[in-house]
Amino acid sequence: MPGSSGMTTRTRTTGLGKSELRPDGIPKVRGEFAFSSDLWMDAMLWGHTLRSPHVSARIRSVDLRPALAIPGVRAAIAASDVPGRPTFGLEVADQPVFASDVVRYHGEPIAAVAADHPETARLAARAVLVEYELVEPVVDAEVALRSDPLHPDGNLFRHVRIRHGDPGIVGDVVVEGTYEVGMQDQAFLGPESGLAVPGEDGGVDLYIATQWLHVDRDQIAASLGLPASLVRLHLAGVGGAFGGREDVSLQIHLCLLALRCGRPVKMVYSREESFFGHVHRHPAKMWYRHHADYAGNLVKVEARLVLDGGAYLSSSNAVVSNAACFAPGPYRVANATIDAYAVRTNNPPCGAMRGFGSVQVCYGHEAQMDKLAAALHVDPVDLRLRNALRRYDRMITGQVLTGVVPVREVIEAAVGLPMPSGRCLEDPALSLPGGAGLSADVSDVSRGVGVAVSFKNIAYSEGFDDYASARVRLESDDSANVTATVFIATAEVGQGFVTLAGQIIAEELGPFGVVLAQANTSDVGSAGSSSASRQTWMSGGALMLACAAVRHILSERAASELDEPAAAVAYDTGELRSTVSGRRVTAAELLISGPIDVEEVYHHRPTMALDADGQGDAHLSLMFAAHRAVVDVDRGLGLVKVVQVSTGQDVGRALNPLAVTGQIEGGIAQGIGLAVMEEIILDEGRVRNASFTDYLIPTSLDMPDVLATLIEQPEPEAPFGAKGVGEPPTISSGPAVLAAIRAATGLELTRAPVRPEHIALSDGIHTVSDPSEDRSSMLAGDNAGL
Amino acid sequence: MALAVPSTLDEAIDAVAGAPDAQLLAGGTDFCVQVSFGLRRPTGVVSLRRVDDLRGWSADSDTITIGASTTYTAMIEQLTGLLPALAGAARSVGSPQIRNMGTLGGNVATASPAGDTLPVLLGLDARVGLAGTTGRRSVALHDLVTGPKRTSMLPGEIIVDVTTRRPRGPQHFLKVGTRNAMVISIASAAVGIDPEAETVSCALGSVGPVPLRAPQAEAFAASEIDWAAMTASDSALARFGSLAASEASPIDDHRSSAAYRRAAVAVIAERGLRRCLRDAG
Amino acid sequence: MPDSPDAHIDGSTVPWSSSNDFDLTVDGRSRRVRGSWLGETLLYVLRERLGLPGSKNACEQGECGSCSVLLDDVVVCSCLILAADAQGCTIRTVEGLSASGDAADVQDAMVRCGAVQCGFCTPGLVVAIYDLLRHSPDATDMEIRESLSGNLCRCTGYGRIFEAVREVQRGRSCARL
Repeated sequence: MPGSSGMTTRTRTTGLGKSELRPDGIPKVRGEFAFSSDLWMDAMLWGHTLRSPHVSARIRSVDLRPALAIPGVRAAIAASDVPGRPTFGLEVADQPVFASDVVRYHGEPIAAVAADHPETARLAARAVLVEYELVEPVVDAEVALRSDPLHPDGNLFRHVRIRHGDPGIVGDVVVEGTYEVGMQDQAFLGPESGLAVPGEDGGVDLYIATQWLHVDRDQIAASLGLPASLVRLHLAGVGGAFGGREDVSLQIHLCLLALRCGRPVKMVYSREESFFGHVHRHPAKMWYRHHADYAGNLVKVEARLVLDGGAYLSSSNAVVSNAACFAPGPYRVANATIDAYAVRTNNPPCGAMRGFGSVQVCYGHEAQMDKLAAALHVDPVDLRLRNALRRYDRMITGQVLTGVVPVREVIEAAVGLPMPSGRCLEDPALSLPGGAGLSADVSDVSRGVGVAVSFKNIAYSEGFDDYASARVRLESDDSANVTATVFIATAEVGQGFVTLAGQIIAEELGPFGVVLAQANTSDVGSAGSSSASRQTWMSGGALMLACAAVRHILSERAASELDEPAAAVAYDTGELRSTVSGRRVTAAELLISGPIDVEEVYHHRPTMALDADGQGDAHLSLMFAAHRAVVDVDRGLGLVKVVQVSTGQDVGRALNPLAVTGQIEGGIAQGIGLAVMEEIILDEGRVRNASFTDYLIPTSLDMPDVLATLIEQPEPEAPFGAKGVGEPPTISSGPAVLAAIRAATGLELTRAPVRPEHIALSDGIHTVSDPSEDRSSMLAGDNAGL
Repeated sequence: MALAVPSTLDEAIDAVAGAPDAQLLAGGTDFCVQVSFGLRRPTGVVSLRRVDDLRGWSADSDTITIGASTTYTAMIEQLTGLLPALAGAARSVGSPQIRNMGTLGGNVATASPAGDTLPVLLGLDARVGLAGTTGRRSVALHDLVTGPKRTSMLPGEIIVDVTTRRPRGPQHFLKVGTRNAMVISIASAAVGIDPEAETVSCALGSVGPVPLRAPQAEAFAASEIDWAAMTASDSALARFGSLAASEASPIDDHRSSAAYRRAAVAVIAERGLRRCLRDAG
Repeated sequence: MPDSPDAHIDGSTVPWSSSNDFDLTVDGRSRRVRGSWLGETLLYVLRERLGLPGSKNACEQGECGSCSVLLDDVVVCSCLILAADAQGCTIRTVEGLSASGDAADVQDAMVRCGAVQCGFCTPGLVVAIYDLLRHSPDATDMEIRESLSGNLCRCTGYGRIFEAVREVQRGRSCARL
């Protein structure tokens, strides 16, 4: 604290490592926090999108006149009204702003309208006349690989080929399996929404919920045919994201409508439209063959992975790369032959979702590890420990792991936590599978335990120029109150970066007032996306650099003020002190001559592209997690209740333990969702369940108790030693649940989500071995013998 | 003309008679979803919110009559003793918020195959009291619900109440859904026994175009139960379930498959009967 | 609707008509709603016509609880109520609960316990938790889960929300002693 001590070390009364509370918490609980759908302006119009009811079609004509004839309608636009680039896309602009000649998926935008009432806009969109000529859709990725191109860019987005070690080697024990994962939706609660306001300069201001302001801006500007400087994005309150806001949805439509009308236009997707408005998690079909020696050492992993990318590219190329690189799971294996494909089909486009390629393969590699354990007659936890990656091991991409690799620790932590004591006694009926349906009695239920382990990269890989910018302005008012204003374009999507930013300022500068400026594209450079568990590292790193630059300038000013060399000036929480004379000067005094305003850019260590054999140092850092799931299964009805999930997670350093806990519990909820209930149901490419009535996400009665142990081994390269924490909980929690269901039922269950019929109608295909007594005791952790 | 908010049944009947296209609005939990999803554009609405005649319930020695505006929450709070299976079905409906709004009359009028209270009511031989300009009538629920979301209600008719026989033995409602709360049923069953009459009732939901009874299963169980001991053999119980399943006519849809629904009916019907025998034994 | 006794709304059948006016009693105040279309839900009118966007629009089909309000002291989804049909009812929103301070301990506990992430479900949960603890101050863990099962949260996995409820219970039971 300023002037309060003569300590030579910086005092840290607040800052990193403490569970500081969210600065936006109070407005959020009071209903005062402005989400993107809460925005309002005088004379504001409402936009609505017309979407294709067909999966695959040629568009013969689009007639906007019937819409324009409706009183209250101010604009109706379609493909020919896009003045700039007619397409957009995160990596390659292959997706039309509006479909002009071809419809490639159910729900593709055809036109948009603006009217003075949302219901009028909806009616007007419906009034647009579109003539379609239906085309047989291609909805199977394997078929698409052999089909005529659905798009000028072809049907194969990317084939990632990994050849590592000796492809001809054969293990003593070989297990093989085919696995499938369904299409999951991010199902963030705040639907896509925004407000576009035309500017007097011919530009536009867009208030939007997004994960990455600057990349949205660039795509919007290209399609508007405007310089980026005339497209100003401002982050409006984001109601969750989970990857689903990384791609453009309504951004370009809104800006086009606002510029056409010369009035502010607001658009809010309904829940139904939200399901059509954003990309989903890739469905995957995965074939695996694992080889091991008799001692249980992995010898080789072979895999063929086919990810259905849907109609447009989005981030499929990066997703399929992750699937390939992480295909074996976090295990040491000297030989690998992996072929991973991302394919274009007429299904809804798929892209980023929490876990990003690692989730799908985790269902495969963890089922394989259990199969292998059964074939070897060893404990599945032991098998994983035996093969667990260690520091300085090589991945199948040849990359040597130079960061911390606490795979053993996360496994031991997950299985070491206490097992649930028994069934909930206060209302056993509701706690059984089937819950409020009261369909099970205790005697109908069997319990199972399963374990899964996962890893994933932090930040962007394969040579991507990944950086984040941060700007800090430090100034003092007349009463010598120092305020640090942080300008950073990091999208706060709920993860709590706003909390962390304040903690970093407290840690790096001192107990100043902190103001977080609204994130925008005007005041600071890009922060990159709030995705890939990267913002603590990247935006945290940028803020750390900016604080260091502020301290440097303060030191220079102090040196001048104290008339001593800068090297003799030490920074001490808000004041500067001469190490020679002991004289002090406060930051406030040093700011009288003017504020300090610096912007810094943080780059992580460059990564490399994968070569033709999938070899290369493609990844910055990896995070690891293990999950143990305990489930109750009603075998007769095939219903599942997840009773408990315990986890060990590698976090580097927990900068805010409460926030980390929130990420873990929330991520596990999404993992469980994919395991037992969440799937977009497609019928020949048509979405059948675009609603919260039929796309089910876990409720409070579905969520198990969660126990977590954080493994804190600071990552040497990471700012503050902290790894990302958002994705790992979503990756192996679901596979652990599936393993537990297998243990409870003896069924093979190769598909996620497990549907009740997979269990109840099973003809009794059993896994290689039945769950045995000693196996459950191993998993229980009370007698783990680790 | 847009909204009428009558406070008596007669006023409500008049209001509907004066506006044949108007929608009746009870709890709103189905109606408003259709409006929000653009499936329905109301031009006139008669709200039943303030019609006191539709509230409350009464019971005599043989029957129980429940006002159409009785909410699911009210059924849980007030009818658990008299009609435990109805209260159980009500508790499985939607969320607490939905249960605070949705009504018994609305559940009947919507006539969804998945309407949770309908199998319970069907198993209790419920009759639905209707009122219109031509007067009152009472129709068996079985005859009222004619198809998925279709009823034999005449234009201008309002559901006043639902009358069930008073159960003389246990009745259980079991519902299958892929989530532990707030889920539409994939299959449901209401199974009851009458130890005096030595009869069994078994009604099924979500496994046909309308909620349906399983008369063969009912007759079989009635003949197999040892009514003195309140027991039945395991094989008889299983056969009861299979018969019920064979009487269902489920479909494949995005929520489940016909095969699973049929299998689930067998399981929950058997479990329901086991619970009834256990309660009565 | 010639003979209907009250709350008679004149107007055309088109949504842009400006003749559909009525009054709602929201958070203790009478509020005039002008030019409403019959199909407008209470959620829409609160958010877009009365400047009360605290109730959230996550699903508009009663499947998430984000729009929860108290209608005549009962917790309901405002997306499932026609605004015009709420005339004569007492409506309390999250904004009203905040202004009155009635839910202050619930709100404080949610922030302190980490029950807030993106915050979109939060206002609805504040209303639902306030209502739960008013009726069941000593609700068990399972009662808490059942009572909140209509409020979806996609961020937190509910763990910190349950903790916040227990925190309020602890605080209130200390206050009762």
